[in-house]
Amino acid sequence: MGQFFEDPLDRVDGRLKVTGAARYFAEYDLPDMTFAVMATSAITRGKILTIDTKSAERAPGVLDVLTYLNMPSIPGWQSDPSKPAPQAALGGERYRVLGSDQILFNGQPIALVVADSLERAQYAASLIKATYQKASFETDLEKNKDKGQTVRGPRGADYNRGDANAYKTAAVQLEQEYTIPIETHNPMELHGIIASWKGNDSITVYAKTQGVKSTQQSLMNAFKLDQKNVQVFSEFVGGGFGMALRTWPQEILVAAAAKKIGRPVKLVMSRDQMFTMVGYRPFSIQQIKLGSTKEGQLTGLVHEALSQTSSYEDFAEGTVNMSKFMYACDNVATKYRIVPLDIGVPIWMRGPGEATGAFALETAMDEMAYKLNMDPIALRLKNYTETDPERNRPYSSKYVKEAYQLGAEKIGWFKRNPAPRSMKDGEWLVGYGMSSGVFNASRGEANCRAVVKDDGTLLLQSAASDIGPGTGTAMVQIAHEVLGYPVDKISFELGNSTFPPAPSQGGSTTTSTVGSAVHIACSSLKNKIVNLLLEKGGSDYAGKTAADFTFSDGNVRAGNVSVSIASLLKQQNLPALEVTENSKAGPDQQKYSMYSFSIHFAEVRVHPKTGVVRVKRVVTVADSGKIISPKTAASQMIGGVTGGIGMALMEESVIDHRYGRFINNNFADYHVPVSADIPHIDTIFIDKPDPVINPMGAKGMGEIALIGFAAAVGNAVYHATGKRIRELPITPDKLIE
Amino acid sequence: MKEKNPGTEENKGSSRRTFFKQSSAIAALALTPVSIVKASEKGLDEKIASAFEKMPLRVEINSKAYSLEVEPRVTLLDLLREQLHLTGTKKGCDHGQCGACTVHVDGRRVNSCLTLAVTTEGKKVITIEGLAKGEELHPVQQAFIQFDGFQCGYCTPGQIMSAVCCIREGHANDPDQVREFMSGNICRCGAYSNIVDAVMHAKKGGQQI
Ligand code: FES
Ligand code: FES
Repeated sequence: MGQFFEDPLDRVDGRLKVTGAARYFAEYDLPDMTFAVMATSAITRGKILTIDTKSAERAPGVLDVLTYLNMPSIPGWQSDPSKPAPQAALGGERYRVLGSDQILFNGQPIALVVADSLERAQYAASLIKATYQKASFETDLEKNKDKGQTVRGPRGADYNRGDANAYKTAAVQLEQEYTIPIETHNPMELHGIIASWKGNDSITVYAKTQGVKSTQQSLMNAFKLDQKNVQVFSEFVGGGFGMALRTWPQEILVAAAAKKIGRPVKLVMSRDQMFTMVGYRPFSIQQIKLGSTKEGQLTGLVHEALSQTSSYEDFAEGTVNMSKFMYACDNVATKYRIVPLDIGVPIWMRGPGEATGAFALETAMDEMAYKLNMDPIALRLKNYTETDPERNRPYSSKYVKEAYQLGAEKIGWFKRNPAPRSMKDGEWLVGYGMSSGVFNASRGEANCRAVVKDDGTLLLQSAASDIGPGTGTAMVQIAHEVLGYPVDKISFELGNSTFPPAPSQGGSTTTSTVGSAVHIACSSLKNKIVNLLLEKGGSDYAGKTAADFTFSDGNVRAGNVSVSIASLLKQQNLPALEVTENSKAGPDQQKYSMYSFSIHFAEVRVHPKTGVVRVKRVVTVADSGKIISPKTAASQMIGGVTGGIGMALMEESVIDHRYGRFINNNFADYHVPVSADIPHIDTIFIDKPDPVINPMGAKGMGEIALIGFAAAVGNAVYHATGKRIRELPITPDKLIE
Repeated sequence: MKEKNPGTEENKGSSRRTFFKQSSAIAALALTPVSIVKASEKGLDEKIASAFEKMPLRVEINSKAYSLEVEPRVTLLDLLREQLHLTGTKKGCDHGQCGACTVHVDGRRVNSCLTLAVTTEGKKVITIEGLAKGEELHPVQQAFIQFDGFQCGYCTPGQIMSAVCCIREGHANDPDQVREFMSGNICRCGAYSNIVDAVMHAKKGGQQI
């Protein structure tokens, strides 16, 4: 596996993407297609008193209008008397789309209009009129801080190591609060689905999903269908960042509508609906309490996080995880609570809770470094640990010291004047900041089918997904390394539920998990080919053993004899050789803690009069094991940094709590970084294989690219200005003097 | 769009007829063949009524002449995507805020979601599907591949169409200028720094853009 860096592969689907030929879910044209548009609730909580759909029904081209009054029943939503009733959400509610007159959040769908053209559906949806009985509601986490509830199950339990109060007696103490507002994934592609039934028991959907198998399972559950009767296609996905990790209720609604009218139905949600119905990063308030010796040895760390969920579903994430294992500290306590509010349910957003937590911890570490008059890197090195203090295991690989050094050198860290507000560039204040990120690395279970054909091609299939990182490119690279086929003869197909099962794309696991399956399938094909030659290859191979065979350029060689695999198949009258292999982690993994790490550096300019912050330079270093596909890996890092700059400086979904409604639910008012906000970004990879995780030695990187980055920016802003901003985003009003 | 479900004709009839009674005589008569007006006033067919609401549109798209009938409310974006199935042009916001729908109209980059299709009468539209010369990619497309100027690819057609004009406008003289003049195209995957490199490379390559 030594050749990865020699020839960085262009994205294998690049040509399709630059010519407009890549097809995303909404771009499949089925005969008799119809178009769905949702009408949504204008109140935040209460119930529908009347809903007038007459003019909508009468509008031209309208085929059906669904409301709670005529919504077909969804078999999987009926309670099953043979099973124990599911536990109610902590907020006590249950949400079924168009299931009743109850309104649980603003923007909840109240009707679905289906018409024969998009414009007709849009117009008809605008004619729906509802009256409501309003009830009081809560959407503001800051006003409901006292309503935190413990998440059920072991993951929600409080964590204690040593003495939780140790920080109180430390020589140097720090106690601070950090706030992060709601952020919305806002992938460029709007969410939605196309659903098409054959008869009453067979459905095909074109979905925007991070997991075709999980969407398939959701549809099987909802409509009580056999697996073979549910097909999910999702070849290209226009970004997800976590929001497509589940099947949302409105997707089931569209499937129900398609069944009812007996024609394919397409729903493409509007941008404002992307704020209310497909999740978000929850608002969070975190407390960090640190105690340290004068020399910078941490003696106590308490991390408490409060986060929002909906009244009808509990959502929890790993916000406090990093504090348990990142630094050597004998006394650590963490607490995590959620508050049910009258708003749609959140979902993991890139980096998820870990990114939320890292902002707090890594800002606090910077604050502590300044209190101690220590360099922030020196403080981290002082508390560096080679074993995971949470689980008392060694890390499978950890090159964080190297990462600090490489990043610091590249950005000129030690050349800066560390005193706050000491550096200037003309009118602008100059600041440097650094931070760390960490995320669980793992290898799940996946399957892959691999076929070599007599036309000289290698086909790989797995029900994996690609929301953008370049799954296909990495898989082709792995297959090339194992089986030696030229990359342009290898195709990797994904996004199809009929392929061998693979998990959803989330939690930075695809390369490790699906890549291992590809690796194993290709190795198994290799064995098949060797055995074929040993058995039927004739005298040339007499006395040879498996170790004598090498593979390159589509050929297999033993000694002086080389034959192309394609011609071998032809000789043997075999159109193809095929295997399907299963891959999962071995027991060895339990002996180690496996994490990917990132170390970020940012250089900022802050304008003292206007409070404008510009990120001038970025260096980000990833310790994510062996890099499979350097080009796409670098893109993932710069993408994470860009998301991190958004999180640090601009992203905030604002609710007017008087009405419970988002007031900036569009791309003009919800600010995401644009080109002018993003500088050149240097990405550095440690690129050393992890010896434990998988045959490639590759850990994940999608999350670590973003995790911690916002703290690097905030720390740089402090260095530039002497002002510590603990409430994201760091907008000019918070800095203006 | 064809009527496919006769079962709902009944419902639609009345509003349709009212519309014709009130407006057909006044405004539409001048524009419409007598036979159609007669047919509709007899309350005949929804198909005819629907044809009546459409306007003729002659437009050249990717060097192909189209003669279409479209409702005046249809945007160029929805015409391309939903009726002509030229789905390379993307919808990201439908409000002129993201640039995913960027196409060229008479050589200028425009947001097709903010452009009513009927306003392109007699004009030349180029979409991402019309940029390459057959198998040969446009230099900007080539540069996007080389510099990995994308991830999910959803913003990419808009970025590329925008970049081509950015260069032609003379707004690609240095990376900062590219950043400024490409800031109408959001990339949520965050490929900007590679996009800037790709645009600068295409510009410096000296090929006809
Ligand atoms: S879809 Fe036209 S600008 Fe966003
Ligand atoms: S490549 Fe995904 S939005 Fe730009």
